[in-house]
Amino acid sequence: MPFNMDITELEEMALRCRINIIRMIHEAQSGHPGGSLSAIDMIVGLYGTVLNINPSDTNWEDRDRFIMSKGHASPAVYSILYEFDIINEQDFMSFRKLGSVCQGHVDMKWTDGVDFSAGSLGMGLSFGLGCSLAAKLDNSNRRIWVMIGDGETQEGQLWEAIMAANFHSSNNLKLIIDRNQIQNDDFVSKQMEVGNLSSKIESFGWDVREIDGHNMNEICDAINWANNGSEGPMAIIANTIKGKGVSYMENNPSFHGKAPNDEEFQIAMEELS
Amino acid sequence: MSAPSGGGASRDGYGSALLKLASNPNIVVLEADLGKSTKSCHFRSEYPDRTFSLGIAEQNMMLVAAGLASSGKIPMASTFAIFTERGFEQVRNGIARPCLKVHICGSHGGIHTGSDGSSAQSIEDLAIYRTLPNMTIIHPADDISAEELTMQVVQLEGPSYMRTIRNKVSRSYTNETKNNLKIGKGNLLKEGDDVVIISCGVMVSKSIEASNILKKEGINAAVIDMHTIKPLDEVLIDVWSKRCGCIVTAEDHSIIGGLGSAVAEHNSRNNLVPVEMVGVKDIFGESGDSEELLEKMSMSTLDIVKAAKKSVSRK
Repeated sequence: MPFNMDITELEEMALRCRINIIRMIHEAQSGHPGGSLSAIDMIVGLYGTVLNINPSDTNWEDRDRFIMSKGHASPAVYSILYEFDIINEQDFMSFRKLGSVCQGHVDMKWTDGVDFSAGSLGMGLSFGLGCSLAAKLDNSNRRIWVMIGDGETQEGQLWEAIMAANFHSSNNLKLIIDRNQIQNDDFVSKQMEVGNLSSKIESFGWDVREIDGHNMNEICDAINWANNGSEGPMAIIANTIKGKGVSYMENNPSFHGKAPNDEEFQIAMEELS
Repeated sequence: MSAPSGGGASRDGYGSALLKLASNPNIVVLEADLGKSTKSCHFRSEYPDRTFSLGIAEQNMMLVAAGLASSGKIPMASTFAIFTERGFEQVRNGIARPCLKVHICGSHGGIHTGSDGSSAQSIEDLAIYRTLPNMTIIHPADDISAEELTMQVVQLEGPSYMRTIRNKVSRSYTNETKNNLKIGKGNLLKEGDDVVIISCGVMVSKSIEASNILKKEGINAAVIDMHTIKPLDEVLIDVWSKRCGCIVTAEDHSIIGGLGSAVAEHNSRNNLVPVEMVGVKDIFGESGDSEELLEKMSMSTLDIVKAAKKSVSRK
């Protein structure tokens, strides 16, 4: 059942998620804050409005799928699953520890509500295409949402999937690209610039819309646009800021995969309060 | 559909099994341009709505299969054995790790592939897939056993890799004896007390021929079709290695990591008996006729005979 939350509710939820993202990474002293903070507004916008899931029956076969291909941004996923009562606080505060349901990278075998075992970039859209083909065979209206990072577009397999999704007219497949401009080692522009993703993906036959990935109004508009589209596969390129919401993490490549220390944690909590 | 009476290529058995499996509406077939070669083309002709062409893009195909499996479908994905390897990490992370019921068929396995040359002759596929947790690895001897084992593969609780062969070989099975086949259980084709030949794929029929030659020389060789490389039927190996006191393994695959290695690993942990391995000895193949190539690479029937004698002499 879609949740149809309003903009204020969504913004408040996104703030709570940001706090929990930082809490779990600080507790683990390990994890990926930058890409979690850049992605969370879209994830909240999706879960809070159109995503058709049943939190009390996460395996409901006709649910919409959310495939987090940039699996290292798992804290963003755990923070939203907590908001929807799918996991509890103890679960996400044990993130990355032995036996935790919250594995380092999202894993469908470990965490209720996770639809894909990620961790190796470039694979999620292909998996989503498989889910899309299955939905069509089942004559189901369920939608398949896939989120990738912009550095991830350097993976060749992604373009195989983009080509195949158009060929198979996968109009139930929706791609969100978290265009935060930073990858593991450095800025995307320095590692290997991926260029104009809109025109590249459009040239494969997709419909593409580009938005500010931190403006909840724009996010909701774009998600609605994609959710209601029926012509073919659709992509939203969300221009975002890596580390958004924590000043010293914003646009800072060193917080791609580094936990805040105690002092940095206090600063983050103050900024997010 | 039945293979020619002169013998059968295991890829034909895979193709005919897909047609038989089609009554299950969840069966879907995935192709990467080579359906005519892997023989999924027959399913495509009959069930185009359940056949997905993914183009020459094997990495994508592996994850599309995983997505279908996660949604309750039973994907049968095939391409050449060598090209499945291009998607190895996809199989590892996208299929084996979440234990999704994707069934991969790699056709044209081994040196026996022949004239296409070394680029097409996968000699390492069994080895690499054997390292993955959750995977079942199968390599049938002929078309009849390939059909039967493909029918069984969809009952597994996890993913599988089946290697089939391009060219016809002498059949080791009939429509009656195929009923002895069970995934995970080696099949004793011939009894003997002096040496046990444990073989798979095209080497099964050669092992039977070798045992006939050995018989004339007074050596009674047992022959096992070890069609399932993983999980390995260790009980059967124990019984026959104890009875015979020495082992020969025969495979059209590198002796590093394949059936021979699997048997030797088990042997080294348990009943220590001599093991001689017939297989590809850490070299690449070349173009040529299948039989000529096997001879050149010391994998002919006579090489199995030689290995058996050597194994016996080491007792």
